[in-house]
Amino acid sequence: MIEVKHITKSFEGRTVLHDISTVFETGKTNLIIGRSGSGKTVLIKNIIGLMKPDSGEILYDGRDLTSMGKNELNQLRKEMGMLFQGSALFDSMTVLENVMFPLNMFSKDSYKEREKRAMFCLERVNLSDAEHLYPSEISGGMMKRAAIARAIALNPKYLFCDEPNSGLDPKTSLLIDDLIHDITSEYKMTTVINTHDMNSVMNIGENIIFIKEGVKEWQGTKDEVITSNNKALNDFIFASDLFRKVKEVEVQQEEG
Amino acid sequence: MGEYVMLMGKSLSIPNRWNMFFKQLIKEIYKLGVDSLWIVVIISVFIGTVIAIQISLNISSPLIPKFTIGYTTREIILLEFSSSIMCLILAGKVGSNIASEIGTMRVTEQIDAMEIMGVNSANFLIMPKIAGLMIFIPVLVIFSMFTGILGGIAASHSTGTDMTPASFEYGLQFYFNEFYIWYSIIKSVVYAFIIASIASYFGYYVKGGALEVGKASTNAVVMSSIMILLADVIMTHLMLT
Repeated sequence: MIEVKHITKSFEGRTVLHDISTVFETGKTNLIIGRSGSGKTVLIKNIIGLMKPDSGEILYDGRDLTSMGKNELNQLRKEMGMLFQGSALFDSMTVLENVMFPLNMFSKDSYKEREKRAMFCLERVNLSDAEHLYPSEISGGMMKRAAIARAIALNPKYLFCDEPNSGLDPKTSLLIDDLIHDITSEYKMTTVINTHDMNSVMNIGENIIFIKEGVKEWQGTKDEVITSNNKALNDFIFASDLFRKVKEVEVQQEEG
Repeated sequence: MGEYVMLMGKSLSIPNRWNMFFKQLIKEIYKLGVDSLWIVVIISVFIGTVIAIQISLNISSPLIPKFTIGYTTREIILLEFSSSIMCLILAGKVGSNIASEIGTMRVTEQIDAMEIMGVNSANFLIMPKIAGLMIFIPVLVIFSMFTGILGGIAASHSTGTDMTPASFEYGLQFYFNEFYIWYSIIKSVVYAFIIASIASYFGYYVKGGALEVGKASTNAVVMSSIMILLADVIMTHLMLT
């Protein structure tokens, strides 16, 4: 479980995050949603320690990240996996070498065991036949899957995903969503996803935090999104005709 | 400056895994050093030839012995060309390669990915480049000396100038000071550090996209060239005067 307590962050006098507090639960897919520029990326960067908040606490199962020293933070980071928006696979390494990288850096297992673990992770994301290919030789969806395999190689307790569906077609997006959701419940991870993909919200949103202009505007589940009366949330979620109609049908069914 | 010193402090620390460091070191030696061998050989042969021809054309006084051509060619190649000028050329080739590689890794979040894993990205990426270049640049300098002098010998054999192969070869051996080779090698090790560290610095702190990576690459080459020239003056003063 990750607890965020009263996080505030400013850049050159401009406050980007205002007193944000929330809880990301274990075994659930926790989604941070909001418009571009609302502060989602700054929030996730603060949570993973790439930025330091001006005030507040970030507790990883009770351990405060904001007061950790360099060594403590490095130890905590070994418990984290991260899926970046652009996958961030290492260009000079093959898919297998990418997945083996964290194992090579931190695992004390033999080479054979590390390779076996990497192959297991690749099989888990259905990518075992692409092990010898370089990132430039595979599609966007395969790159995301390889990045997920790398993120779970060290069996992390916390998984962070920044825009996991950006640049993917709807079908591949659903596959990636399902994969993240399955892995989260299978390995009992605390997963935090930063997204503005509404399909993801409706598909895997077990705990959704809506950020507006750096303030936590709303929190709930995907079922509560449909029935919420929060105007800012409705304006954001139901901006498209399709989702507006879905909401109308759901509300009519509830009333009927 | 402070940022550069801090980056070097972060880079030049004990590697997390020595086997990964040596693996990276071999890769960097091959990519930055061995791949530069052909350009070093080509430039050195041609410049060695041109130096010999130019000197032979400009020393026309009967009072100056002909072996001076070989002697001067050797001194230019050993003292300045094979170390300083060759490293200025390598600053362009290797420096831009390092800055653009690390810069691209920065803007595509590959460095962030390493940091999230708890890997010291500066140490993993920069130290093997600095060490690899410091190990292999002296080898390139020795190749440059050898092929540059071979170029001069070739000129003495094939051009219609006053020099003869015998006088040129006598000049090459005349009043030879072995320290000049060590002087060149020591300078090249310092230049290797300058090229790799400055290029890494510009690449590591790049912000933005492809345009900024290109700018960082250019700035890395300009800055390392200036620092090489400055270091040349200081080391020449310290070691030869």
